[in-house]
Amino acid sequence: MSAAPAIQLRGVGVDYGRKTALADLDLTVERGETLALLGPSGSGKSTALKAVAGFVRPSRGRVLLEGRDVTDLPPHQRGIGVVVQNYALFPHMSVAANVGFGLRARRAPRAEIRERVAEVLDLVGMSAFADRSPRQLSGGQQQRVAIARALAIRPAVLLLDEPLSALDAALREEMVGELLRLRAELPDTTIVHVTHDQSEALALAHRIAVMRDARLVDVGPAREMYRTPRTEFTAAFLGAANLLPVEVVEVDGEGGATVRLGDAIMRARVSGELDGRRRAVLGVRPQRVGVHAEGTGGLPARLLAAQWRGEVFRLDLRLDGAAHSGQEVRVRAEVASIEGLPPVGGRVALTVPDGCPLIADASPEEET
Amino acid sequence: MLVWTRTSRSVLVVLFVVVFGVIVVAPLAVIGLAAVAASWRGVLPGGLTGAHLAAATGGDALASALVSVQTALIASAGSVLLGGWAAFALHGSRGRIRRLADGLLHLPMAVPSVVVGLGLLVAFSHPPLLLNGTRWIVLIAHLVLVLPFSYSTVSAALERADPDIALVAACLGASPARVLLTVRLPLALPALAASAGLALALSMGELGATIMLYPPDWRTLPVGIFAQSDRGALFAASASTVVLLGLTLVGLLALNSVRTRAAER
Ligand SMILES: Nc1ncnc2c1ncn2[C@@H]1O[C@H](COP(=O)(O)OP(=O)(O)OP(=O)(O)O)[C@@H](O)[C@H]1O
Ligand SMILES: [Mg+2]
Repeated sequence: MSAAPAIQLRGVGVDYGRKTALADLDLTVERGETLALLGPSGSGKSTALKAVAGFVRPSRGRVLLEGRDVTDLPPHQRGIGVVVQNYALFPHMSVAANVGFGLRARRAPRAEIRERVAEVLDLVGMSAFADRSPRQLSGGQQQRVAIARALAIRPAVLLLDEPLSALDAALREEMVGELLRLRAELPDTTIVHVTHDQSEALALAHRIAVMRDARLVDVGPAREMYRTPRTEFTAAFLGAANLLPVEVVEVDGEGGATVRLGDAIMRARVSGELDGRRRAVLGVRPQRVGVHAEGTGGLPARLLAAQWRGEVFRLDLRLDGAAHSGQEVRVRAEVASIEGLPPVGGRVALTVPDGCPLIADASPEEET
Repeated sequence: MLVWTRTSRSVLVVLFVVVFGVIVVAPLAVIGLAAVAASWRGVLPGGLTGAHLAAATGGDALASALVSVQTALIASAGSVLLGGWAAFALHGSRGRIRRLADGLLHLPMAVPSVVVGLGLLVAFSHPPLLLNGTRWIVLIAHLVLVLPFSYSTVSAALERADPDIALVAACLGASPARVLLTVRLPLALPALAASAGLALALSMGELGATIMLYPPDWRTLPVGIFAQSDRGALFAASASTVVLLGLTLVGLLALNSVRTRAAER
C-alpha cells in the first residue's frame, strides 16, 4: 500500500487552441476520499476529469496517480473507472457484456468475468437485467449499469462526470442514496464527482472543490465550505443566495465579528480573510431571512414578489436605504407562511440571524 | 407536417402522387410492360411474350449482367474499404489537412462522370500506366465515382456517434485496436452497409464513364441497354433494364437486412 495520494494534479493546464479550458490546477485527492468538483457550466470541471482519465493531454503540468506520473500514459493503461454524463453504454452489447468489457480487455478468464459481472450487477441492483440491451433500460438503470461497468475492473479511482444530471429530481434523490451506499461498500475507492448541483455535492463529498473560469477558486471540507465559505462565489454557489453588504464594526480574536447592516447590528462568523477591511458581505441563506409585518422592528424593506413553491413561499425583497454606496440591495427569502404579510408592493421588516458567514468583499475597497 | 388544414393537405398529397406517378412510376411501369410486350402500337401492348426477358437472361445479355454484378461488387467493396478507412482515419482530426482531404474525397461527386471517364482515358493510355482497353480501367472509374458517397456516408455517421463511447472503452483498458474492432466498427456497421448499398446501386447504373472506357470483354449492363436502345431494340432494352433493376434490388435488400440486423442489436 502506498501512502501517496490517489490523485495529484500539479499545475495542470489544458488549452483548446487559444482557449484555456483549465488553468494551472493544483489538486490532491486522498485515497478513499470523495471530492466533489463544483462549478458553473464551462468552468472546466469535465476538462479536469479528462486530464485525470487521459482523454486530453495536458498542455502543462503533471498528473500523478498513487504517486506515479501518468501524464504521458494513454487512458487504457491508467485503470481508472469513468462514468460520463450520458453513460455511453455500448449499445450493441447486452448489459452483462457491457459490464464485462473491461475484464475481457484485460483477458481475464471467462469464469472470473462471469463471477465478477454478477457481483457488480448485484452491487448496483441490476442482476435481473443482465441480458437486456441498454436500449431497453431507463435512465436510472443505465446509470447503474454504467457504474457497474466502471467498478468491474476494481478501479482505485472512480470519476463521475455529472452522472445524475440526466435524471429527474426524484430519481436523482434516490441515486444519491445509492451512491452513498456504494461508497460505504467501497471504502478504498477514491471518487471524484463532478456536478453543478450543490446539494448533490454536499450529500456525497468529503471535500468540495469549486471551479470558475477554468480555475480552482476554493477547496475544503464540505461542511466548512457550506458553513464558512471563504469567497462570495463559493457562498453563492453553495446556496447562500443573499450576499448582503455590511460594515464591519468589530472583529474579535475568536473568529467572530460584529457587523452593521443598515440600522441593525448583528454577530457574524468571519469566514474569509478580511485583511482589516471595513466592508464585507454577509452570506445569508433564504431560509434564514425572517420576514415580518412592518413595525415589528428589523430592517425596513419592500416586498417585490411572492411565489408559492409548495413547501415554502419564495419572496423577493428590496432593502430600504441599504448600506452599500447607493446600490440597491435585493434579498431573497423563503418562508413557510405569508400570513400577516402585506400584499406584493407592501412594506415589511426583515431580520437576519446572528452567526452568518462574513466574507471579504471581492470588489476593491473604496478609499475613504 | 407544416400544412394544417385538411384541404390543403389533400391538395399536397394529390400533387405529390401525380408528380411522383408521372415522373417515377409511369416510366418504370412502361418499361415493365415493354419488357413483356409482343408488340406495342396502341395505348396498351398488343399481346404478351417472355421472349425478351428470356433473351435478356441468356447469352451476351447474361454475360453483361454478370460483368455488371462483378463490377458493382468490386467497386462497392473497394469503396467501402477505402472510403470507410478514410472516414475512420480522418475522424476527429480538424484543421487544414482535414478540409483538404475532405475536399479531395468529395471531388468526384462534383465532377461529371464523363469527365472522370475522359480523365482516366487520357491518364492511363500510355505506359507505364497502360490500363486502357482492360477491365481495370472500368473498375477504377466505378471506384472513383462511388468513393465519395461511401466516404461521406460513413464519415457522417461517425460525426453523429457519441465520442464518449470510444473513450470509455479505452478507459476500461481496451487498446486502440481493440476499441476499433469491438466498439467503433460494430457501431459503424449500419453506416458501412448503407454506404455499400449506395455504392452498389450507383455502380450498377453507371453509364457515363463506362461507355468511354469499356473494353469489348467487359461490357456492363447499362452499356448493353444503351446499345440496344440506340439500335431501336426498345423491347429488348426494356427487358435488360428489368434485369438490371432486379439485380440491383436483390443486392440492396441483402445489404438492408445486414443493416437492420446491425441496428437492432
Ligand atoms: N473539445 C473542446 N474543444 C474546444 N473547447 C472545449 C472543448 N471541450 C471543452 N471546451 C471548452 O473548455 C471549457 C471548459 O469545458 P468543460 O467541459 O470542462 O466545462 P464543464 O465545467 O464540464 O461544464 P459543464 O458543466 O457544462 O459540463 C468550456 O469553455 C468549453 O467551451
Ligand atoms: Mg462537463
